[in-house]
This record gives sequence, C-alpha cells and structure tokens, in this order.
Amino acid sequence: MPPVQGYMYPNEIELAWSILIVVYPYITGLVAGAFILASLERVFHVDAVKPTYRLALLTALAFLLVAPLPLQLHLGHPERSFEMYLTPHTSSAMAMFGFVYLWYLMAVLLLEIWLDFRRDIVLLSQRTKGLKRVFYRVLTLGSTNISESALRIDDRVGYIVTVVGIPSAFLLHGYVGFIFGSVKANPWWSSPLMPVVFLFSAMVSGIAAVLLVYMFSTWYRKKTIDMRCVDTIARYLFYTFLIDCSLEMLDLIHRIYEADESFRSLDFMVHTRLYLSQIVIQVYIGTLAPIVLLALTQLLKLSEKARKRIYAVAGSLVLTGVFAMRWNVVIGGQLFSKSFLGYTTYKIGLVTKEGLLTGVVLILLPLPILWALVKLLPPWQDAESLAPAGPVATQGDD
Amino acid sequence: MNISRRQMLILLPAAAVAWEAVLAGTPEASPNYKLTEHWWGMLVDIDKCIGCGNCVRACATENDVPEGYFRTWVERYHVSDYDMANPVVDSPNGGKNGFPPVLESGGKDFFVPKMCNHCADSPCTQVCPVGATFISPDGVVLVDKTYCIGCRYCIQACPYGCRFLNPKTHTAEKCTLCYHRITKGLTTACCEACPTGARQLADLKNPNDPIHAYLRTHEVQVLKPYMATGAKLFYHDLDGSVR
Amino acid sequence: MKTNKFKDTEHLWRVALVFAAGIIVFVLVRAVLVPRSFGEYGHYRGNALTDIAAKPVVFAGHQACETCHSDILAVKKDGKHVGVNCEACHGALAAHAGDPGTIQPPKLDTAVLCVRCHQANAAKPKDFPQIDAQEHSSGLPCETCHQPHSPLKGLGAKP
Repeated sequence: MPPVQGYMYPNEIELAWSILIVVYPYITGLVAGAFILASLERVFHVDAVKPTYRLALLTALAFLLVAPLPLQLHLGHPERSFEMYLTPHTSSAMAMFGFVYLWYLMAVLLLEIWLDFRRDIVLLSQRTKGLKRVFYRVLTLGSTNISESALRIDDRVGYIVTVVGIPSAFLLHGYVGFIFGSVKANPWWSSPLMPVVFLFSAMVSGIAAVLLVYMFSTWYRKKTIDMRCVDTIARYLFYTFLIDCSLEMLDLIHRIYEADESFRSLDFMVHTRLYLSQIVIQVYIGTLAPIVLLALTQLLKLSEKARKRIYAVAGSLVLTGVFAMRWNVVIGGQLFSKSFLGYTTYKIGLVTKEGLLTGVVLILLPLPILWALVKLLPPWQDAESLAPAGPVATQGDD
Repeated sequence: MNISRRQMLILLPAAAVAWEAVLAGTPEASPNYKLTEHWWGMLVDIDKCIGCGNCVRACATENDVPEGYFRTWVERYHVSDYDMANPVVDSPNGGKNGFPPVLESGGKDFFVPKMCNHCADSPCTQVCPVGATFISPDGVVLVDKTYCIGCRYCIQACPYGCRFLNPKTHTAEKCTLCYHRITKGLTTACCEACPTGARQLADLKNPNDPIHAYLRTHEVQVLKPYMATGAKLFYHDLDGSVR
Repeated sequence: MKTNKFKDTEHLWRVALVFAAGIIVFVLVRAVLVPRSFGEYGHYRGNALTDIAAKPVVFAGHQACETCHSDILAVKKDGKHVGVNCEACHGALAAHAGDPGTIQPPKLDTAVLCVRCHQANAAKPKDFPQIDAQEHSSGLPCETCHQPHSPLKGLGAKP
C-alpha cells in the first residue's frame, strides 16, 4: 500500500492528532465508566456490586490523574495550556476541558473518596507513624470527628455528590465525543450520535476494567471472588454493550443507506487502510466475540469456574475493542482526504514523544498509581482491614 | 539607465529612507490604516491561472514557510468529458516548481490555486480553545503564535485543508493574507508575483476597489458552499468538479 | 443540639474553606496573567494585530521598483508583459529597494525562467501563449530573440 494514494490536500498528508489523542478519550472513558459502576451501588442501591464500590472509585481516580498527561505531551506548547483556564473560548468544546476536569476531580471524585474513606483516614492518622502519619493527618483537614451522626451526614452528602457526579461523569467524557461530533469538516466524525456512542463505549470499558481489577486483586490477595458481585457486573456489562453495539450499528446502517458524498471514500478506507483495526479488532474481536461470550453466561447455566474464565476473557476483549474504537475514530478520521480523492498513512514513531511506547506507558501508568492508592486507602470490605464500624472516642467530645 | 546622476543622488536617499520605514515594519509606517475601513477578500480567476507556481514560491519566501508545508498551493485538475464526480487531481510539491508538461489529454484540464478562505463564519476560529486564532476586525483570519498552544483542533476543523502545524514554532499556521503587507498599502506576495493577474486582493468595503465591482458583475463561486463558512476567497469560472 | 450539629458538619466547612481559598487564588492569578490587550476586539489578544502587522516585508512591490526604474516601466507598458510585476521574474527585492547600492538582484537565466510560464501544458488556458521549448528554440536562451520586458518588440508581431 503506497503511503499516499490518490490526492490529499498537501497539508493533510501528515496526521495532526496522534496516538496520544487516542489514549486520552480511552482513559477518560475508563474514568467515567468506573464511576458509573460505583454509582450503581450508591445511588441505585444495587447491593450486589458493593464489594467493588471503593475499588471503582480508586480506579477512576488513578486513571483521572493520568488523563492530562497525553494531552500535555501532545500540545505544541504545554507550558501555555493554563491559558484554557485564563481565557477559555466558550464556543470551543475543548475549552471546557480544564473546568470539567477540575470540577470532576475536586468536587466529585476526590470529595466522594474523602467522604467515604474519612473514617479510615482518621483511624489511620492515629495508628501510623512517620511520613504516613503526616500524610493522613493532612488528609483529615484537621477534623477527627467520626461519630455516628458525623458519618451519617457524610453519607448523606456523599449520596448527593454521587448524584451530581453521574451527569458530571457524562460531561467529562461526553464533551470528548462532542469535540469530534461537532466538526462539520470531517464526515467520519460529524454526527449527533458521536457523544452518545463515546459515552456508552466508555461505560462498557469502565465496567470491564473494574471487573478485571476486582477479579485480579481478589485472586492476588488469595480471597474468594464474590460471584453474586461479578455476575451482576457482567450482566450490566452485557446490557450496556448491547446498547453500545446498537448505536454503532445505527451509525453504520445510516451511513450506508444515505450514501452521501463522503460514503465511497470512507467505505474504501474501512475496507483497506482501516480493515485490521476496524473490522478485525473492533468488530470481530472486540465486539462480537465478547457479546457472544457474555450472552452464553446469561443464557446457559455455567459453573463458577467457567463464568470466571469467560468474564476475564470477555473483559479483556472489551478493553481491546474499545481502544480500537477510539483508534478508528481518531486515526481513521485523518486517513482520508477531505477532497474524498485520497488516503494517507499514519506514520507512528516508536520511542518519540508521541510514539507507540509513550502511548503504551500512559495506558499502563494508572496501574501502579492504583496500586499505591490501594495501599494508602485500602478499599477492601473484608473484616481484618480496619476496626469495625462504630463511634470512636474523638478529641473535644462533650 | 537614463536617470541622470543628479536625479539619482536625490532619488536614492529618499527611496532608502521611505523603505527603511517599510522594512522596519513598525506600525508607525502605516498610521493611516484604520481597521474598520477594510473587509478583505480575494478573487482567483481560473481562466487566467497558468500553474507557474510563482505564488507558492513567493508566499514561501515572504513568510518563511517551512519546506513541505503550504500556506497556498496550486492543484491541477483533469476532468473527463462525462465524469465530473471523479476528477484526477495532482499537486506536486504544492505546485511550487510548476507542473510537469502535459499535452492534449482528452478532457478538461485546469489549475486551481488554493489558500485560506478567510471565512466570515470560520469553523476554525470557533474551535480554538484559548482564543489564539480569530478573525480581525478587517476580515483576516489570523493566528497569534505567542498564544497558540498547538492543540491542532483548528487544523482538524478547517474544511479546506489550509492549516498546518509549523514544525519550528509548534503553533498552528496558515495564510495571513500577508497582513503585514496589506496594512501598509501593498498587495499580498502571491498577488504581486502572479504574472497573469489570476490572483487579486479585494477590499470588500472599498467601493472604489475594481475587484469589488468585478464581484458584482461576474459569476463567482466559493469552495464547499454547503459548509456555510462565509468564505471570502471567490473564484471566477470554478468548475463543479473542484473539491 | 445546634452545637452538636456544627461539630458534626465542621469537617465539611473545612472542605468548603479549601474550595473557597482555591477559587480566590484562581481569580487573583487570572487577573495577573491574562494579557492586558485581551478582549480589545474580540476573544483574542488585541496586540496580536500589531505584532503580526509589524513583520518586515520581503517583496518590495512593483511601485517601489518603478520609483527608480521608470525607464523599464516605459518599455514594459506597451508590451505583452505590462501586467507582469517586476518581482514575478526578478524575485523578492525589498532588500535591494532598501539598499540599492550594495544589494544587487541576481542575474536571471532566461533559458530556465521563461519556460516556467510558457512551456505548453494542457491545463493552461488555451489563449495563453505557450510553446514547446525544444521545438520552438532548440534550447537557445529566450533573450536571443525576445526582449523580456517587451517580448514581442521588434519581431514583427502585433504588440
């Protein structure tokens, strides 16, 4: 396949948005999805998934902390990125990023984690020594009140934060879909469905990520996996995936039926340059295979072992498929010419600033961060983690 | 030369002093330029373009355009008699060194110069997250390269492919309609270098501008009108096959 | 009861304080960092217009050439090249216009220069004078027969 085929406008030959712009929506999608799963328990009282509640929040935080990195590495002038806070251009969806990110980090995720873990933080600040003690004491913000009524108030406020958090999570990832969906110059992107498709595939990836993290960490800690929990998560994964799949099918059928001026060029691109990533990886491996596997667990009575294996495999395939979806949107949208007369190639570097290695490292970076968070704020619901719930003597009481 | 030595002795220093001001590029050189009195556009007459590439070279010289990137470029179209929907287009190095000679080809062939359309409703300025690209009060879409963060959203949003990221400054760049020339009463570099007058600068707010009058009396087209960008780059005799 | 309520919500007030402090710091930093001319004409730095307009020119423009070279203009104005500006062939010469004694324009090679426009190409307008260089002059430089400033002068063709 020649590097450039047909006619591309001269400035279009080199791609402007690289793998880092694929990684960014992937990561924020995982954040939104993990948070939605956590909110299932908190707001919708799906008790079955309670074992993953705190873990899902920490997973979301780990990924959220990494999220700005691909963007900073991609910018021509990252040292000027604060301009988005100083003079955000309100007609630009991208200008929302700074504020939506900050809002979601501070007012939703950190606040919710702090409220839910506060009792543990206070206890840990009293029981640890040295640097760790300082760390926990700072986190308490100077307050050590963990009486019944205080914790009840925390619970109430946390509930409200989660309720506000759900549309915030939709906004955090939905705006990314809108960044693409609102570009009238690019027919591969321009669609009102784009934010919705992004959001549902984000939920799918986030749920799958929490499922895998829970299964792995339980196995690693040599505990028993709560089957009721993973069965419920898998069920939600399945239903969300069906919706996501239907939306993508709708987009495809609509394109083929209307066959507007861009159709022939896009169709050619999908059958040639995008074949591997779109048809093979996203559709066959990343969508059809996991749907069939998950459907099997819903329709047949399978043993615990079989279900665990299927969930692990399906979850991994889902994560691969959603990454491929992001790749196909971002890279695919730049492989064809806006003249509809030509195609180019994405020349990805290996160890350059925006290269393959950077992309892989950024996707994996949240894992050691999550490991550190789990060590600092243990999410496990098991008995021996901390003292049982109940009023603990605090300073200045009565 | 038949200018007398005496005339030269007077002319040279006078010209040099006047040029010092223009070359120095200070705003004081053009104190009479009022933003609100102008609304800039351009006319390209397809019937006159000979594909010599002078404009592409002149722009690159005037504006230090890096090799391999184009603020303006020329396309050559070959349209067979009946198949307007599938033209064959090429633009070797943007037309910078002209085009390889081609004799009778059994169809319609013509050149199309392209550049920023300086859209009145530009989709590229709409998406800039920080306000680094904008349309000036006199109708020129510009990039503030000290403010641009290099996110490349504007490059994605332009339907005409006229923007690129400058590999040296790491900021978005494109045709500036030679803003530094037109504000001093000069024409753009590409118009100056065009030997046939295929490219003409137009001041749409100046009733005495001959191009303004031309637009009123001739059929003109813009690229991709369905994008509703308010493009101010007008073409005369643009074929329907042009993308 | 009231004091108890406060005691139990005190930690939330501390959080609110942290947020409020953050917002105040943000507003102050913003006031310092936003460029003064921002917003003067629209959502951009007003001084950008003068910054961009201040760039020095590289092409002088034909009026500058005609100030000194009026004799050439006299030759050109009756010929076919009347509309061809000086720098279209001679290249960018603002430097020469600024310092005519020291900076001289490069000598042009008509064997290369003229074919750029006049070599026959199917895409050129049919009424544009085009030749095949080999057939027309067998590689002789064009100025052998043509005066570049008035190409048909003295050739018996209609001017």
